[in-house]
Amino acid sequence: MTVQTIREDSARAIAGGVAPRRWGSWYIAEHRIRAMKGYAGDAIFQSFGNPLIYLFALGVGLASLVPQGVGGVTYLQFVAPALMATAAMTVAANETSYPVLMGFKWNPIFFGMNASPITGAQIVNGMMIQIALRAVVTVAIYFGVIVLFGGVPSATGWLAIGAATLTGMAIGVVISSYTSTITEDRGQMAMLQRFGITPLFLFSGTFFPLEQLPIYLQPIGWISPLWHGTELGRVATYGLEEPIWLTVTHVGYLTTLFLVGLWATRKHFTRRLNK
Amino acid sequence: MPQPVITASQLTKTYGDFTAVDAIDFEVAPGESFGLLGPTGAGKSTTMRMVGAVSTRTSGDLSILGLDPNAHGPDIRSQLGVVPQQDNLDQELRVRDNLLVYGRYFGLPRSVVAERADALLEFAQLADRRKSKVDDLSGGMKRRLTIARALINEPRILLLDEPTTGLDPQARHILWDRLFRLKEQGTTLVLTTHYMDEAEQLCDRLVVVDKGRIMAEGSPASLIREYSSKEVLEVRFGSDKNAEIAESIRDIGERHEVLPDRILIYTGNGEAELEQITQRGLQPITSLVRRSSLEDVFLRLTGRSLIE
Ligand SMILES: Nc1ncnc2c1ncn2[C@@H]1O[C@H](COP(=O)(O)OP(=O)(O)OP(=O)(O)O)[C@@H](O)[C@H]1O
Ligand SMILES: [Mg+2]
Repeated sequence: MTVQTIREDSARAIAGGVAPRRWGSWYIAEHRIRAMKGYAGDAIFQSFGNPLIYLFALGVGLASLVPQGVGGVTYLQFVAPALMATAAMTVAANETSYPVLMGFKWNPIFFGMNASPITGAQIVNGMMIQIALRAVVTVAIYFGVIVLFGGVPSATGWLAIGAATLTGMAIGVVISSYTSTITEDRGQMAMLQRFGITPLFLFSGTFFPLEQLPIYLQPIGWISPLWHGTELGRVATYGLEEPIWLTVTHVGYLTTLFLVGLWATRKHFTRRLNK
Repeated sequence: MPQPVITASQLTKTYGDFTAVDAIDFEVAPGESFGLLGPTGAGKSTTMRMVGAVSTRTSGDLSILGLDPNAHGPDIRSQLGVVPQQDNLDQELRVRDNLLVYGRYFGLPRSVVAERADALLEFAQLADRRKSKVDDLSGGMKRRLTIARALINEPRILLLDEPTTGLDPQARHILWDRLFRLKEQGTTLVLTTHYMDEAEQLCDRLVVVDKGRIMAEGSPASLIREYSSKEVLEVRFGSDKNAEIAESIRDIGERHEVLPDRILIYTGNGEAELEQITQRGLQPITSLVRRSSLEDVFLRLTGRSLIE
C-alpha cells in the first residue's frame, strides 16, 4: 500500500466529488431507466393499450351521443388533449406513489444511493428525469394514435405533448412531496387515488367543458393542474379560443406548481435521508 | 505514526431529548481495522451514519480524510464503501446490474465499472449468479453482493455495519475470509458488531460502546488482559441455587459474575479453583474452564451480556 498523507486523501476526495456533484442526477436517471426493464411490458401496454381503448370508447362510442361536437369541434377533438394530459398524470402518479414509499422503506434504495456521493436532491431530480421521459414517450404515442383518428386539426397540435407532460410532472412532484413523508403505509395510496386523482380526472373539464358544472364546483377546475393542462392542450390542438392572459396563466400555474413541488420533494428527501 | 483517516472528538447525536451517541472520541489510522463492539441500541449504526457522511452530527467534531462531512459530504462519500446494517440492493435489478448502476454514481466510465463489476463478482463468489434476481440470493450472498457494491469505487475506507448478523456460521466464515483479504490488501475497515468472535477475528483495535458511550478501548488481547483474567471457570448449580452457592465460594478466584443460569469465576487457573469448590463438597451440575473473551470484558464493564 502506498503511504498517503491526509492532504492527498482530502484532495482525492474533492476530486472524486466533482463528477457526481455535476452529473449525479443523470446517474440516477440512468439507474431508473435501467430498472424500467422490469416493468417494460406494463409500461408499453399502458402506452399503446390505453389510448386505443379510451379513444374507441370515447371518440366512437360517446361521441355518437354528441354529434354536434363541443365548442365547434368534434367530441373526439375535444377530449383528445384531456386524454393526453390524463395519460401523463397517470404515469407520473404511478411513479411517484409506491416507488417513493418503496425506496424509503421496503427496498430502501434511496439510502443506498445516498451512501455514494449522490445527494437527496439529485435522487429526486434523477427520478423526475426518468418520469418525464416515460411521460413524454407515452403522450407522444397517444398523440400519434389520436392523429390517426383525426383528432388533431391544428398544425401546432404537437405542442400538446409538452402541455400534457408538464401537467403530469406538476402533479407528480406534488404527489412525491407527500409520499416522501409517509413512514407507515395505511392505505394512503388508495386515498390519494380516490380523493385526488379520480376527482381531478372527472371534474377538470376533461369529458365536458368546465362551464357545464354548477358555478360552485368550477373552482375545482381552476385549481386543478389537469384543467390547466387540458385547456392548454386544446389551444394547441384545435385553437380553443380563450384570452391570452388565460393561456399564460395555464403555463404559469403548471410551472409554478412543478417548481414548488420539486422544491418540497427535494427538501423532504434530504431531511429523511439525514437520519 | 501516520495521520488518522477518521478523527471524532466529542461526537454526539441526539434525537429529540434522547442521546444516541454521547460525546465519543476515537481515531482510525490508515490501513487499520477498527471495530465498535456493543449491544443493541448502543449507537453503533448512528455513529456509522455520521462517519458515512449521511447523518449530520448534533455536536462535536468529525473529520473524515481530513474533511468535515458537514461541508464535504459527497466528496467524502466518493472515497467510502458502505455496507449498511440493512441491505439496500435494488431488487428490481439483477445482480450484476446492481454493481453497474452503483459504479456510475461515482462518475466512473461504463467500461471501468463493467470491468470492476466482473472482478468483484469473482471476489464475492457470485460470478455464476450475475444474472440472478437479487431476491433469489441467500442472505449471505446478498451480504457479499453488498460488499462487492461497496468496493466498486475502490474505497479508501470500508464501513461495515454488522456485516454478518443474521447469517449462518458457514456464511459468516466465508464473509470473514473475504474481509480478511481486504484487510491484508490494506483497506481501512471500520466495522460494528455485537459478536465478540467477529471483533476478535477482524479488529486490530476496538472500542466497547454501550448507551452511546465508549466504555473501553484497545486491541482485543489488551482489553481482555486489562479487564478480565486469563481463564474463566463457569459452574452451574441449577438456577435456584446459583446465587446462594455463589455466596459460599466468594473467596475463590479473583472476581465473580453471577448470572441467572451460571456463575463465572475469573481466575488465573480454572482447574485449581474447580478443585477447591469440589473439596468443599459442592458438586456443580456442569463446569467449564475457558479462556477469557471480549464477552467477559463487556460483562465486566457494563454488568450485562452482549447478546441478551
Ligand atoms: N432516526 C432515529 N430517531 C430516533 N431514535 C433513533 C433513530 N435512530 C436511532 N435511534 C435510537 O438511537 C439508539 C441507537 O440506535 P443505533 O441504531 O445507533 O444502535 P445500534 O448500536 O446500531 O443497535 P443495533 O445493534 O440494534 O443495530 C437506539 O435507542 C435507537 O432507538
Ligand atoms: Mg445498528
